[in-house]
Amino acid sequence: MRTVWTIFRRELGAYFVTPVAYVFIVIFLVLAGTLTFFMGNFFDRSRADLQPFFIFHPWLYLFLVPAIGMRLWAEERKTGTIELFLTLPLTTGQAVIGKFLAAWVFCGIALLLTFPMWITVNYLGSPDNGVILASYLGSWLMAGSFLAVGAAISALTRNQVIAFVIAATICFILTVSGTDMVLGFLTGWAPQPVIDAVASFSFLQHFLAVMRGVIDLKDFIFFASMILAFLYANAIIVELKKAE
Amino acid sequence: MSELIAIDGLTKWFGHIHAVQDVSFTVERGEVLGFLGPNGAGKSTTMKMVAGFLQPTSGTASLCGFDVLEQPIAAKRRMGYLPEGAPAYPDMTPTGFLGFIASIRGFSGSEKNKRIALAVERANLKGVMHQPIETLSKGYKRRVGLAQALLHDPPVLIMDEPTDGLDPNQKHEVRTLIEEMAPDKAIVISTHLLEEVEAVCTRAIIIAHGRIVADGTPAALAARDPWHNAVSLTLAANPAPELVARMSAQIAEIDGVLMVEEVEESGRRRLVARIVTGANALAEIGAQARNRNWPVAEIRLEHGRLDKVFRDITTAPRAAA
Repeated sequence: MRTVWTIFRRELGAYFVTPVAYVFIVIFLVLAGTLTFFMGNFFDRSRADLQPFFIFHPWLYLFLVPAIGMRLWAEERKTGTIELFLTLPLTTGQAVIGKFLAAWVFCGIALLLTFPMWITVNYLGSPDNGVILASYLGSWLMAGSFLAVGAAISALTRNQVIAFVIAATICFILTVSGTDMVLGFLTGWAPQPVIDAVASFSFLQHFLAVMRGVIDLKDFIFFASMILAFLYANAIIVELKKAE
Repeated sequence: MSELIAIDGLTKWFGHIHAVQDVSFTVERGEVLGFLGPNGAGKSTTMKMVAGFLQPTSGTASLCGFDVLEQPIAAKRRMGYLPEGAPAYPDMTPTGFLGFIASIRGFSGSEKNKRIALAVERANLKGVMHQPIETLSKGYKRRVGLAQALLHDPPVLIMDEPTDGLDPNQKHEVRTLIEEMAPDKAIVISTHLLEEVEAVCTRAIIIAHGRIVADGTPAALAARDPWHNAVSLTLAANPAPELVARMSAQIAEIDGVLMVEEVEESGRRRLVARIVTGANALAEIGAQARNRNWPVAEIRLEHGRLDKVFRDITTAPRAAA
């Protein structure tokens, strides 16, 4: 636990010693705000909720979260520090978890900094704060799922650009897998259980359910198990590819 | 237990390339083992396997009795490792970086500060502690890597080219440091600097094409040079060729002389008399040179040169190796 905490602190600190953290946070806040007010018609709807804010999160995360995750392992390989890091007295699991938590908490910080939205909507009306809290939690879990994908892909390559592009593509597929675009492609030839399975992997469907206030534990469990599955894959990839 | 490092049958295949073939050795407390070999011979691959970073195809490595694959944490706790190129997080300062290493190594509070201060002093890092590592010179980066490896005062120290990129003064400092630490540690350094082996190593292993081709003290390896104990006569400026030929013939008749070679090095001509093992012909050759008034500028006993032995061994055909 101490080891994970030490890795976590170093990794989180690493975001803030370079402009990366600030650039990311500013871009995230500006985009989230812009999308909410202009494309989401926040005011015209005259409803006191944050749906127009949360609805864009999957699409924002699609390219912002892989940008956070791409450096996690690719940079260690590029600079050769992976050889130093993994010959310290720590397990691959501790390394994977420490790094992931740092990046996830970083996403959480960016997400928390959108609190003026919450203040605004509470000032203008009386929203269901339970739903907002659940949406924040769901959004953070979804960011964690994207991040776990990004971290696992990052361990495959020393090139951060490649890590970013592949991770964003996989995240996109996972996001839209429940939409007609994907299901229409499968309908007609794939057996129904396959279609159902693919549909059930949709980040979008699970997040929309949370966002609409249908608080179902299974949506949270879905994201949590996505995170665990990809972190497990991450650890295996690190073990297999660390020396290449 | 005096054998702190035990390597047995270490083998590594990269696809169809047999990078390391059946390498075995042990290192005891107090030994400084120089791991020598041309680039690509398998030095770094072997060190990576010993450090537990690379999984061997077969064979085992254990540090202080702990197998690096079976009990990796216990083994790694007892090892300081300086990877090739001394990698460190470029955005961090040495203060932050050594603090991270100390925390991972389980130190906290005043013990942590004491450990860092000692490592900083040993690696001579004062003055750059608050600069990002990426802005440091190659020499300082290397020393940050050294400080990191020494921080927990490990019984086993594995260093891949510890003096690479250092200037002669810094090299001397690092070698002095290694000598100071040597008595209570088992140290392995890889290098391709032969002078380094002669300066700090108590033992040298030469590796070529992934195999150990020689193992012994630097002096014993140097003795493999055919010129070991040979008598070398540096000739004064341009003697007549007939005279040189006559000298050669006369030296060759002296007891214990095996053969006489004429060599030219940087404009000076030398006669080198190889000696039968165990014989000593220096005095007799010197006496003859005086009596016959040979045009000799210098007479010297050759000790054999490690670089020549290294070249002979590592460039030998594979089958012979």
